[in-house]
Amino acid sequence: MSAPLAVRGLRKSYGANEVVRGVDFSLEPGKCFGLLGPNGAGKTTTLRLCLGLTEPDAGEITLLGHGVPRDARAARRRIGVVPQFDNLDPDFTVRENLRVFGRYFDIADPVLAARTPDLLEFAGLASRADTRIQTLSGGMKRRLTLARALVNDPELLFLDEPTTGLDPQARHVIWERLRNLLKQGKTLLLTTHFMEEAERLCSRVAIMDHGRIIAGGEPQALIAQHVEPHVVEVYGEAAVQWADEYGRSRAERCETTGETVFCYTRNPAPLVADLDARATLRYLHRRANLEDVFLKLTGRDLRD
Amino acid sequence: MRKSPWAAPRPSLRLIHVWRRNLLVWRKLAVPSMLGNLADPLLYMFGLGYGLGRMLEDVGGMSYIAFLAAGVICSSTMMSASFEAMYSAFSRMHVQKTWDAILNAPLTLDDVLFGELVWAASKSFLSGCAVLIVAAVLGLIPSPLALAVIPLIFLTGLAFAGLGLIMTALSPSYDFFMYYFTLCVTPMMLLCGVFFPLSELPVAAQWAAQLLPLTHAVALARPLVSGEVPSAWALHIGVLALYAVVSAYLALALTRRRLLT
Repeated sequence: MSAPLAVRGLRKSYGANEVVRGVDFSLEPGKCFGLLGPNGAGKTTTLRLCLGLTEPDAGEITLLGHGVPRDARAARRRIGVVPQFDNLDPDFTVRENLRVFGRYFDIADPVLAARTPDLLEFAGLASRADTRIQTLSGGMKRRLTLARALVNDPELLFLDEPTTGLDPQARHVIWERLRNLLKQGKTLLLTTHFMEEAERLCSRVAIMDHGRIIAGGEPQALIAQHVEPHVVEVYGEAAVQWADEYGRSRAERCETTGETVFCYTRNPAPLVADLDARATLRYLHRRANLEDVFLKLTGRDLRD
Repeated sequence: MRKSPWAAPRPSLRLIHVWRRNLLVWRKLAVPSMLGNLADPLLYMFGLGYGLGRMLEDVGGMSYIAFLAAGVICSSTMMSASFEAMYSAFSRMHVQKTWDAILNAPLTLDDVLFGELVWAASKSFLSGCAVLIVAAVLGLIPSPLALAVIPLIFLTGLAFAGLGLIMTALSPSYDFFMYYFTLCVTPMMLLCGVFFPLSELPVAAQWAAQLLPLTHAVALARPLVSGEVPSAWALHIGVLALYAVVSAYLALALTRRRLLT
């Protein structure tokens, strides 16, 4: 089976600002691929290019066997999109949102009517089918947006920061739904800056910054490759002093953000023992995760 | 390899889905919407037609209210198309992001824009026809020749929908549309023969008025409503058609430039 989406040498500038600078990646069928990066890294532009919504300056995109942007319309028939910002139709009810969106795909009304109960069930909105969408919570709107993206029974879903702005409960529900879709054999392309989300869902990720992919692979492999396996986070005003006197010489690497010190190490025992003995410093010992890789590769500076 | 925003339009029949979406919204609000569409033109017709009409013997060879009816059919069509193509389309493009959602489906921006264009023309068609029906009920229409006004209303609607969509493509916010109303729509209301014959204007203004689309709509509608074949009808239709085609193309190119590049 060929890649549902393959991208080679993709470039895009807006004026003098090159936001995508030579991006290559491809998706595996039935798997979730995560495109990670700080705000402004070029993730959303990459998605727009892949959907044929804007034209690249250079590069090749093959989406479900169609060349994009030339055949983007044909490819989009078998694609579902969950955009970063909800664009449900505020003039319609939940059910009408699904029906009107289905019509955009030339799906006949009887077919849509037959599909709607399952979609409402999936969104957990069966009892709200005839309410206007203004009355829905943020989580409900996201679930409806996800259900709407499934109205054409797509093979591949584009998810642009699907859980941004949701509370933890709503986020977990979305993750559970996305895992269901993977079980059904759908391919997912996810952009996010929640590393936990990427670790839970993605078989492979690519970390993007300043328009380039700077690292990629399986989440666990990336962690093993780029950071030490253990992290000791030390908090409070005295943390920096502790690091200068003790931590920095014992850990392979220490980073400071404000009043927090992150010590990366293969052997956390001496650090933990010392911190326990002092009892004045709050600390957390954990395994390294994708966020550590992300911060190491993209830096701790704010992105606006 | 990049396509210019100025490339030839390539809409598909999927524009019907955009039109149907807007129709479904309209149907929910059809009664207040129609009443709103009718209130304005009827106020002009009754207020000016009866009030001012009493002081005037006849205008252009007919009663003032009959004279006014033909003008108001056209101005009402212009208003309705302009509002829909500007405020409503801008809401869907910029505020609600309805167009973004549609563009994720197998529709292109060309489909969306032409769907909006035909929709705005359709909505203004209803407004224009409503005034025509009122004129018929009032007994102001002596001949079936007035039926020819029906396609004219649609053509007029297309021309003003295209002009409105150009403004929408350029607009940073709703406030921008006030310029168009103040600088274009209101002058056309007053200078294109809706309320009084063009011949009352200074000669220079008469010539200037010939450049405006509403003049040509009124020049066709007024004789048709009173049962005569308009003189130079081909010229008037040609000007309106030219406005419709050129404005649609400009609106599409500017919208592509705004949203796709």
